[in-house]
Amino acid sequence: MLKKKGFKGILMLSMVVLLAFTAACGNSTNNGTKGSASNSPTNAATDDTVKLAGEIKIDGSSTVFPLTEAAAEEFNKLHKDVRVPVGVSGTGGGFKQFCKGEIAIADASRPIKDSEAADCKAAGIEYTDLSVAFDGLSVVVSKSNDFIDHLTVEELNKIFVTGSTVKTWKDVRDTFPAEPIVMFSPGADSGTYDYFNEAILDKAGIRNDKAISFSEDDNSLVQGVAGSKYGIGYFGFAYFEENQDKLKVVPVDAGKGAIEPTYETIKDGSYAPLSRPLFIYANNKELERPEVKEFVKYYINNIGQFADEVGYVALPDEQYAAEAAKIQ
Amino acid sequence: MNIFQDANRKQIANRRKMDWMLHILFVAATSVGVLALSALIIDILIDGVARLKPDLFTNFPSRRADGSGMKSALVGSIYMLLIMAPISFIFGVGAAIYLEEYAKKSRITRMIQLNISTLAGVPSIVYGILGLTLFVRLLSLDRSLIAGALTMTLLVLPIIIVSAQEAIRAVPKSRRDASFALGATKWQTVARSVMPSALPGVLTGVILAMSRAIGETAPLVMIGALTYVAFLPSGIKDSFTVIPIQVYNWLSKPQLEFKELAASGIIVLLALLLLMNFSAILLRNKYQKNV
Repeated sequence: MLKKKGFKGILMLSMVVLLAFTAACGNSTNNGTKGSASNSPTNAATDDTVKLAGEIKIDGSSTVFPLTEAAAEEFNKLHKDVRVPVGVSGTGGGFKQFCKGEIAIADASRPIKDSEAADCKAAGIEYTDLSVAFDGLSVVVSKSNDFIDHLTVEELNKIFVTGSTVKTWKDVRDTFPAEPIVMFSPGADSGTYDYFNEAILDKAGIRNDKAISFSEDDNSLVQGVAGSKYGIGYFGFAYFEENQDKLKVVPVDAGKGAIEPTYETIKDGSYAPLSRPLFIYANNKELERPEVKEFVKYYINNIGQFADEVGYVALPDEQYAAEAAKIQ
Repeated sequence: MNIFQDANRKQIANRRKMDWMLHILFVAATSVGVLALSALIIDILIDGVARLKPDLFTNFPSRRADGSGMKSALVGSIYMLLIMAPISFIFGVGAAIYLEEYAKKSRITRMIQLNISTLAGVPSIVYGILGLTLFVRLLSLDRSLIAGALTMTLLVLPIIIVSAQEAIRAVPKSRRDASFALGATKWQTVARSVMPSALPGVLTGVILAMSRAIGETAPLVMIGALTYVAFLPSGIKDSFTVIPIQVYNWLSKPQLEFKELAASGIIVLLALLLLMNFSAILLRNKYQKNV
């Protein structure tokens, strides 16, 4: 008898739990409709005292993530009932969801591509693009590298471009040692790859052979470059800043002298062409929801101070004012 | 005579030597695993113990390492487990009972069997893609807890079916024969005679499959479990995150303090796994006494 109870008991228990969850499912959908219904009156009254609620789904670039995370965290302290989940599918992955209408805001480390814009248009999704901060894409070598003082854009192109025949540092510049170059690059789904490809390689694409390793994880790029004397790689400024003890940043010469990425050179645009703007794209229809509008406003008004904290460079104040004007 | 004895002695010495060498080899083989695991655990404990504070369990993730916690990830993992466990138990054990007790041994059942064994070895990311198309898009469950749990259910089902089948097959045929001889129906035989003695094995299989699921990241990344979630899911249609994703997120941050947080996250995950495996052993012992 005991044995019978054992098996049937478990069977019953699991059935009950299953039922309970199905019931919970019904509840949550009810809550959802109730939530949106109670939102409509707040639409009319737009003063700040109105209690905001709802969910603002955000996904996209891992580079923009720290900024959005900071904004979401602080916004949450002011509006406890607004949920702001943030994902990191990469800029491309974010736009894919954005143009299907699955998320309200897309994080992007490059402007939207024509093909992505066409997808959005086909789905009837209109959007507002907002610049939120600058990032200085930093070209780095290992601390133990003692021969590089700067590289020109042409030399970078020669090293990384598709079909490049460069194998050793000597192939890049005659004064460099004849040691093989070990390259590290973010993967093709990241906006960082796209930006480098555009700014340095004229969209020719990054080489893909034995000499180069790709990784979506910036920390493994840091480890890779730091660990190989003849290595070179590139990633966001924040990752260089946190690893200054292991890495040496390479000043880049685009014809106006070699310029090192710093907060100043990135902000005033003299670190060209590798200082890049970061964006968020907001779905216009979602912007009609008061909580989304409030969040985006909050984002633009406060992101300058968060930017410094997470290793990015704030835009000039007047540009934030211009961005804020887009969402009235 | 003497010559024979010498040859024998030499042969015996050789065999002993062989035995001794293989003994060393097997000990070495075992210690590789044990050493690797203990190196991992010690390394992680050194990094993570300092961050193993109540904050870790009571706080939501934050951009600042201090005061950053994994409340949403821990709760997300547990919720997912609670949804998965009953669904995968019912479907997994049901399929195993059908295949072992009811199905005729035909070409079709052999095909099904082969497919299930193959599915048990399919890389988990493939289930992620399936879950994305089927649950997230087609059934429009969005990137929700239930979509994640169902995807994970698909992932563990083949493992559960295979292990449950093995447990059921291990029940001696005489038990079934005795039951049938007393006039019991198929279901009575299965429920009162076969399952009780197969249950310890079945439960162990289920729990081990569950512990694989809570450590799994790839399929959940695919279906869009999120990285920054500062709330607890209140229903099964809500967004969620799980421990491995939180750990991955912390590891990918540039600041060093987050590495310690990641280590403490791993400690929590290991503790949870250990707890589950321990309960598998307890359950098995409890039911084995009853049989």
